[in-house]
Amino acid sequence: MDAVLFFLFAGIALAGAINLIRESHPIYSALSLVAVMGALAGLYLMLGAEFIAVVQIIVYAGAIMVLFVFVLMLVNAAPEVKLDRSKMAKNVGPPLLTLLLVEIVAVLRGKYPTSDLVHPSLLSGDNTRQIGKLLFSKFLLPFEVTSILILVAIMGAVVLGKRRPDDSR
Amino acid sequence: MPSTAQILDWLTIAKPYIIMGLVVAVWPLVSGYIVLMERKVMADMQVRLGPMRVGPHGLLQPIADALKLLIKEDIIPARVDKWVFWFAPVIPVLTALTAFAVLPFSQRYFVAELNVGVIFILAMTSIGVLGIMLGGWASNSSYPLLGALRSTAQLVSYEVAMGFAVVAAVMVAGSLDMVNIVKHQQASGVWFIFYQPIGFFIYLVAAMAETNRAPFDMPEAESELVAGFMTEYSGFRWALYFLAEYSNIFVVCSIATTLFFGGWLRPFPNVAWLNFLDWAPAVMLVGVGAGCLYLAGKQLSAANKIGMGVLGAAIIAVGLAFGVPMVIDYVSGPFWFLFKVAVMIYMFMWARFTFPRYRYDQLMQLGWKWMIPLGMANLLVTGVLILVKMQYWSAK
Repeated sequence: MDAVLFFLFAGIALAGAINLIRESHPIYSALSLVAVMGALAGLYLMLGAEFIAVVQIIVYAGAIMVLFVFVLMLVNAAPEVKLDRSKMAKNVGPPLLTLLLVEIVAVLRGKYPTSDLVHPSLLSGDNTRQIGKLLFSKFLLPFEVTSILILVAIMGAVVLGKRRPDDSR
Repeated sequence: MPSTAQILDWLTIAKPYIIMGLVVAVWPLVSGYIVLMERKVMADMQVRLGPMRVGPHGLLQPIADALKLLIKEDIIPARVDKWVFWFAPVIPVLTALTAFAVLPFSQRYFVAELNVGVIFILAMTSIGVLGIMLGGWASNSSYPLLGALRSTAQLVSYEVAMGFAVVAAVMVAGSLDMVNIVKHQQASGVWFIFYQPIGFFIYLVAAMAETNRAPFDMPEAESELVAGFMTEYSGFRWALYFLAEYSNIFVVCSIATTLFFGGWLRPFPNVAWLNFLDWAPAVMLVGVGAGCLYLAGKQLSAANKIGMGVLGAAIIAVGLAFGVPMVIDYVSGPFWFLFKVAVMIYMFMWARFTFPRYRYDQLMQLGWKWMIPLGMANLLVTGVLILVKMQYWSAK
């Protein structure tokens, strides 16, 4: 059962990711990305990380992708035209990509024995509480730095969106 | 022949699936009757009668409407994005019904006890908006696009305020699990609305905005945008959008009931001399049944007389069954839960027929300049109070 679900979610994630690149219409690409995010949330859920799974959906599938689609609708993005200009990307790209994939698989297989690749319900209990405690103790510095980064981004948005005095004409 | 213990075992395993099946099967009908309730409440507030023709007091109107919608032609305009146009109305229904999975109808009846139940529902509602956006975009027409853009901006703004209100209540409960939150209220003996009145107010306003209800129904403002994002939809797909809207209303009202009004608990669950309140479901149902019987005498046609009489008798029979002491334990939870949700839904309708629609910039100002700062302040005060209380208890 766990294996079936794993391959289901992994398959959806992979198919979504491939479709994301293949589609020429930005909205379809964005929708594929939503599917990828949802499938990843399913994988987290299988590992017993409910909080991470739900936050993944809220932040990525919900907030960020909704804003993506919003912007795409606002500028009414048309399907992009494929120009096929770069010969190098076309000819050298696929072999290099295959090489990279093989390398990743080789390294991962060497590092972890196949017997314990998937650990369903690895995390148990109230991991929301654990995550909260870790965020405010062990990972306090990265957490605060991220907060400041977001604050800077917000202020940047305010400055950019602010009407300057000479705009009123 | 399986033994009784075995059958009980199977029932415990099958329970979530049974509840799930029941909810999905019965919910469309119930939402139809919520529409009827809305029309009747609206008529009452505007001193009219509302639907009266189909069945006694219009009681069969939802069934007639549903049949009409089901057999209507499913029109797909020529220049729409066909695939997205087909798929878009399904998304909000799917997410809303998924959210039903973590609603605790009582301590016995729920599909899943998820330890992040509250934010799971918020996650589902945040994906549901994709259906509205895509529907508006795929229609390839101006009004739907405008409606979809408005809807998205509104949802994204009010989601933040709603999150703040929910987090404040969750902080008081100390748990994200819907079942545990109600159990905490039982233990403390107080509904959380008394700890979190401001939180509830913010939640209520944000929930109305989230479900696109008047006074925040900008996305489908009839006077400006025809029908907003669903202008190009008809028949079954249009009905799906409506089903999603009413499902979302039920879900947000259920969260309000669970977080602020003690979920399935009866009023004053720990006060022994108020135990007679356990009989309230039976008394209320018998009263409603008696009312139906009284109205049956006043019907003009024979069919309506019989229909109303049978309905009244059935309700009285169910009410009497609810009065059996053995049954009370099983039915009082869902009864109080659904009763509170119904009162909340009534409040939504009340607001809809009382307040005029906000202008778009006013809506955004209210959201960003009032609701979100108020939510943050509420969160801060709640946190400080909880800390002070913890300090006090540990010092003691």
